[in-house]
This record gives sequence, structure tokens and C-alpha cells, in this order.
Amino acid sequence: MKTNFSRRWFVKGLAAVAVMASFPGAAFARATGAFKADKTNSVVNVLFGDLPIEASSQITFRLPDIAENGAVVPATVATEIEGVTQIAIVIDENPNPLSAVFDIGESSVADVSTRIKVGKSSVARAYVKSRGRVFMTTREVKVTIGGCGG
Amino acid sequence: MNRREFLELIAKAGVTASLSGCQTLGDKNGSGLYALSKFGQARVLHITDTHAQLMPVYFREPSVNLGLGSAKGKMPHRVGKNLLSEMTEVNPMLSHAFTYLDFTEAAQRYGKVGGFSHLATLIDKLRGETDGALLLDGGDTWQGSGTALWTRGKDMVGACNLLGVDVMTGHWEFTYDAAEVIANAADFKGEFVAQNIRATEDAMFEGVDVFDEDTGHVFKPYVMKEQNGYRIAVIGQAFPYTPIANPSRFIPDWTFGIQEENLAQLVEDIRGKEKPDAVILLSHNGMDVDLKLASRVPGIDAILGGHTHDGVPVPVVVKNAGGNTIVTNAGSNGKFVGVLDLEFGRAGVVGYRYRLMPVFSNLLDENPAMAKYIRDVRAPYLSTLNEELATSESLLYRRGNFNGTFDQVICDALLEQLDSQISLSPGFRWGTTVLPGDTITMERVLDQTCMTYPETYVREMEGQELKSILESVADNIFTPDPYYQQGGDMVRTGGLGYSCAPRNGFGERISDLRLRDGSLINASQRYKVAGWATVGSKSAGPAVWDVVADHLRDKKEISIDRVETPVLKGITNNPGLA
Repeated sequence: MKTNFSRRWFVKGLAAVAVMASFPGAAFARATGAFKADKTNSVVNVLFGDLPIEASSQITFRLPDIAENGAVVPATVATEIEGVTQIAIVIDENPNPLSAVFDIGESSVADVSTRIKVGKSSVARAYVKSRGRVFMTTREVKVTIGGCGG
Repeated sequence: MNRREFLELIAKAGVTASLSGCQTLGDKNGSGLYALSKFGQARVLHITDTHAQLMPVYFREPSVNLGLGSAKGKMPHRVGKNLLSEMTEVNPMLSHAFTYLDFTEAAQRYGKVGGFSHLATLIDKLRGETDGALLLDGGDTWQGSGTALWTRGKDMVGACNLLGVDVMTGHWEFTYDAAEVIANAADFKGEFVAQNIRATEDAMFEGVDVFDEDTGHVFKPYVMKEQNGYRIAVIGQAFPYTPIANPSRFIPDWTFGIQEENLAQLVEDIRGKEKPDAVILLSHNGMDVDLKLASRVPGIDAILGGHTHDGVPVPVVVKNAGGNTIVTNAGSNGKFVGVLDLEFGRAGVVGYRYRLMPVFSNLLDENPAMAKYIRDVRAPYLSTLNEELATSESLLYRRGNFNGTFDQVICDALLEQLDSQISLSPGFRWGTTVLPGDTITMERVLDQTCMTYPETYVREMEGQELKSILESVADNIFTPDPYYQQGGDMVRTGGLGYSCAPRNGFGERISDLRLRDGSLINASQRYKVAGWATVGSKSAGPAVWDVVADHLRDKKEISIDRVETPVLKGITNNPGLA
């Protein structure tokens, strides 16, 4: 279906909405400690406490296999799991592994995109919290010196 | 040798059994090598990675093309006799075309390969047999020669228009500025397709021109072509790692990647909407990536591949959820034409025949119009191209996982001309071959070096930085998952020896780094290193072809008796190693 609104206008519209949106202060404060953690284990501990982490195939985690630019790597996490209130992206090898936390309303569509930094090749993790359970999926992202392409 | 002598000679060599009738020998349209019985209802012709070689050249296939893990011993990772054993038909000419075996002697006997005027003759013949055929070009067409660089790829756009290329995709095409790429694609009379190139969101926001405002596709993702009443979808897959393997500064607004999920969706949409009789992916992924892709994305009948320059005589059939997909790779430098004949039933493709035909220039007359076009394109540059720099006593070539002899010439030139201890030269797979006793002209140097970021550098590097560069490049070639490979060969080294254990993990493949005098490289000591083709930012030094040309003018005679190839560890009985 073709509408009068191109994707370009849609993206511009989104940006305008984002400017008006504001972060709930409490959620921001809660995540601060997790952003300072320097190990994935500590990140998980601060964010999810003692909750068990369950591997899930219901999470779509999009990330390039090889980053075009480690400073701005597009990442998307989406899931059909219901009642999602938190989504987090973690890069194991980064000095501070937690890249992003999204606190969303329980009835929101769980589909978030952002840009993250990836310092070197790493396992990347996407966590999804829903109704007291935490689900996770992993990917590998490679950061390499360029050149030598055939 | 004149044409008649040549034909007598190949007849004596027993080129093919079918030649014994000899009725084709006097046929100006070619020899028995090019005779095909009728098969199916539609024909698709495929050329790729010609690297702007308008004139016939010599090109030696690799003697080292390692496959590791599940790729060990599988195509395309077989060389020499191990490759011939996979072929259904072998004769001396085919053996010469597909392998490095007895290269010099065979090249002297059978002559040069490729050349667009000979290619045109063969393609016209193949088209004539079937009431037309689709001609697809997998890219790496606009780069690789002096004239391509000086005309910013336009000489090749003109040649491809004359050749009648219907659809193309790209890789080195994107080493010109984005605006030049768009202009060349517009001058190209066929369709330039790529499902995996989009404008970045930032660029979309800034208003950069794209093919599709909704999806951000910079080029058409696919095109429908009709052939003898059958509808064939051709999807473009450009080289996914262009902004990593080549400078992103030329195409800052575009983002690439394999985009497997999008491709799968596109195939599904095309199957649903267009009701095609066949779906073909014209790919510049490289063979290993194509093989993995074929196992995961259903609905593609054939992946006609390039990038890795593998001359694969027999397609690989890959099973997936939708059935089978055949995967091919069609060599480089205009040396081969892939001929895919398709047979259709009620539910699409029910049979196929594939031949990878070597283009022996001596067997094919020049197409007069193409020959004139090429003469005109080259005329203003002939005095530069034909400058005789030195003679070579050795066979000079590049292709292979590690240093070839021409790489050694380049590395030696960097060492001597730029007064450095160590030199590094990229493991590109393009670059033609010089026979022993032949003159090295400027044109042959440009074959090995011609590109839009040729600047050299000289800088100090710590031993650990050198190791880390080698580790990083080794991982790009030898990491087991093809989606994390980039498809080039190992960086070439001058003045630096090392051991390489390809099967080890990241950071553990490279050891025992030594200077040419045998002394060990110290991790924290600084060394003076020269190199070229930096991807990050433009280097300050002279173009590498001038450095190499000066070296050759100084030497006048070149003899390579030692190639700085690493000591291999952990590689045993590998059919990809001669």
C-alpha cells in the first residue's frame, strides 16, 4: 500500500516526537548503576537482581554481522512476548557493557531501535523483561580493520 | 603462431573428443570448446569481476585457496589436480583454464584469455544459439585498469553497453564518488540492481537521492526480465562489506550488509507478486557467503556469484527449506563466461545445465565494433600504458591466499623506494599475470595497483600493532563463519616473515614474526613500515604505481627467487593447498 507519506517524512516525524518525549526520572536513576558496571554479570545483577535469565528464540535482535562503523552500530530489538516493560542491549567486550535500556509501558509494542558503540568484536546480548521473567538472545558483532577486500 | 598452427596444435593435444570430427575447427565462431547442444527454454549468461580488462591477458589461478572446517576440500577450496578431479570433463585447455598447473608452458601454448572484443564474439554466438539470452554482470567491472581509473569507470560502462549487459550489481564500482556511481549507473543501458544498499537514516533525513523513498534503496532491488516468454527475476546483491573493505568516505550516505532477512522477504514478495518462472540472485557476496546464504534463504533457483574470483566448473547444489539452489562463481578478468540453460516445467525451473566457458582469445575472432571502441578508448593513454619498465625472468602473479610473485615485486619496491624495514600490500584478488621473459609495461603495473586510493604511507608501528594487523586480516579470511569473512586474501608482507595457524581462533593465528635478517619482532619496539591503499583516511605519499614503476626502472630486470609467504601450521592434507 502506498501512502502520501514517504518513509523519509515518517522518520522526520518520529524525530519531532522524540524531542517532545521525556524520560521518567525514576527509571533513569535506576539504570545509572547498570551503565557504570564493567562486567556483563554486574549489569545483569543491577538490572534484574536474582531473576533467572532464560534463552529465548522469540526475540528478534538485528545487528550487523560486521560493523561498518563501530562508533554508530544500528541495533534493533523486537519481540512478540507480551507484557514487556524493559529491553536492554549489552556488548560484553565494551568497557561498560550496557549500551541501552528502554523502559516501556506494558501495553507498548516491544520494538526498539537505537545506535550503539561497539569497541571491538564481541558477543552482543538483548534482554527482554516481562512480568517478572527475563529473556535473552545473543549475536556476534565483529569490528575489524578494513582493507584487503578482493 | 598463426591461427591455423594454433588450431592444429590444440587438435593434436586432443582438446576434446568432440573435436575429432573437426567440422568446428574452421568455424570462425569458435571451436568445439564452445559447442553446446540445445537445452531448456531460456539461457542466462554471466560474467563477473572482469576488473576492467578490456584487452586479453594472462591470469594464473591460485595454488593456495584454503578451506577450513566444513569448507575444507569443498568447492571453491580446491586447487590444481584437486580441482580437476571435480570436473566432469578434463582436457589440456580446460586444465590450463581452471588451474595453475604448468602455467607458463600452457600459457605460451594456448595464449591469452579474455578481452572484451573476444568476449563479445563468444557472447554473440551464445545468444545466437538460443534466440537471445540474458547477460548478467556481477560487478567489479569499472575498476582494475588505467583507462578505467582515468575515465572514472566510463570506459567500462561504454564497453558493457556495447556488449549488451542487461543487469549488473557492484563492489569496486563504489570506490568512485557516490555522484559518479549514480551517473555511471544512469549511463549504463542495462539495470543496476542491489537489494542490500540503502541510504543511512541520517542521509535520508538530509534528503539524499534514493531510488525508493519508502525503503531507502539506493538502486532497484531487482528487475524482471523476459526470456523466450519466461519471466526471470534478477535480484542484485552488492558486496556487503564495501564500506569496511574499501573507504567509506566515497559513499558516506550508503549502508550495506548481507541483509539476509530482507532478501528472504524480497524473494517471498517477488514469488507472490510477480509470479516469476525463475528467481536468480546476481551476487557479489563471494562463494562462501553465497553457499551459506543459499542454505538459509529459500526460493532462489540460482545464485550467480562473484567477488572471490573462483573459477568453479561445476555448480554447488545447496538444499534449503524451499528445495535446491545452485551456486556458481565465474572467475575473473574476463577469463570465463558462465552459461546457465534453464528448463521450465509447470512449477518453474525443473532442470538446468551450467558451463563455465573459458574465453581463449586465440579461438575467438575480435568483434570489430568492440575492437574499434577499445582502440579509441585506449588511444589517448597508449604512451603511458606501453612504457616498458623492466623485463621479468620470473612468472609474476598475485592470486592466492599468501604473497604471489608480483606482490613480492610491490613489497620490494615499497621497501627500497620508501626506505622502510617492513612493507605491507593488500591481498586483493585482482591483478594479471606476466610470463617469464616478458616485458613489464606500465599497464601491467596498473593492473596490480589501479584504484582510487593508491596513496602510499611510511610510518612507525610497534611490533604488537603489526601482529594485530596480521591477526585482524587473517580473521577476515579464516574465521569459520562465512558471514564474518570479507573475501580477500592475506595481507602481503615484505621484510617480514611469520607463522600462520589458520585454524586457530582470533588473536592466536600469527606468531614468530621476524625481520628479513631473521631477528624476532619485539612487541614494544617500533619499526618503519611502508604500505598503500589505506581505507581510513587518505595517505600522504606518492601513488603506489609510481613507486613500483620507479623500482622497475631502477632494476631493469626482475627475478623473484623467494616469496615471503608464511610458515603454515596445522594445515595437513588440505585440497586447497598445492
